[in-house]
Amino acid sequence: MTTVAAVLVLAGALLAFLGSLGLLRMKTFFERVHPPTMGTTLGTALVLAGSMLYFSALESRLVLHEILIAVFMTVTTPVTYLLLGRAALRREHESAGEDSRRSGEGQH
Amino acid sequence: MNPPLLVAVLAAAQLLLALGIAFAFCRLLRGPRAHDRVLALDTLYVNAMLLILSFGIVWASRDFFEVALVIGALGFVSTAAAAKFLLRGEVIE
Repeated sequence: MTTVAAVLVLAGALLAFLGSLGLLRMKTFFERVHPPTMGTTLGTALVLAGSMLYFSALESRLVLHEILIAVFMTVTTPVTYLLLGRAALRREHESAGEDSRRSGEGQH
Repeated sequence: MNPPLLVAVLAAAQLLLALGIAFAFCRLLRGPRAHDRVLALDTLYVNAMLLILSFGIVWASRDFFEVALVIGALGFVSTAAAAKFLLRGEVIE
């Protein structure tokens, strides 16, 4: 049972690792937003499931308080990424406008 | 106390999470603009939280759960505040 928990933790860690690798490798910001969400959703869920399974097997009773972190991450991650995406959209838009004004390529 | 297979699998998971933290830190240092750095900081927080949860499993201690919860909460607050600052120029209007 504990080995199953460890494998779940390994799978979650692999997803978080791939998310960070994508964050490093992608070219533009709007591509880079996507990979870390793998780690924050399914990666966190798998690690928390492994932790719940391990402590339930260790104490031979149900230990479910990791659900608190899962609920918290599920609620907060979309909020932060929505704010960050809006901020990035506005900032990229403003800098693109400045560039076109500086080079005199057009009015819009 | 833990069987050796469990320790080996968890060590591999911790190595992956540490590499994830290193990659996010690279992006934090390189990231061409401020919102790239905020995104990298958020990823770093999540990876650190998962690493601390895995340490709690390795040492069979439930005290690490509270640490992970606090890190998750702080990560949310700091990323939301930084994103709000980038969006508006001030955090609380």
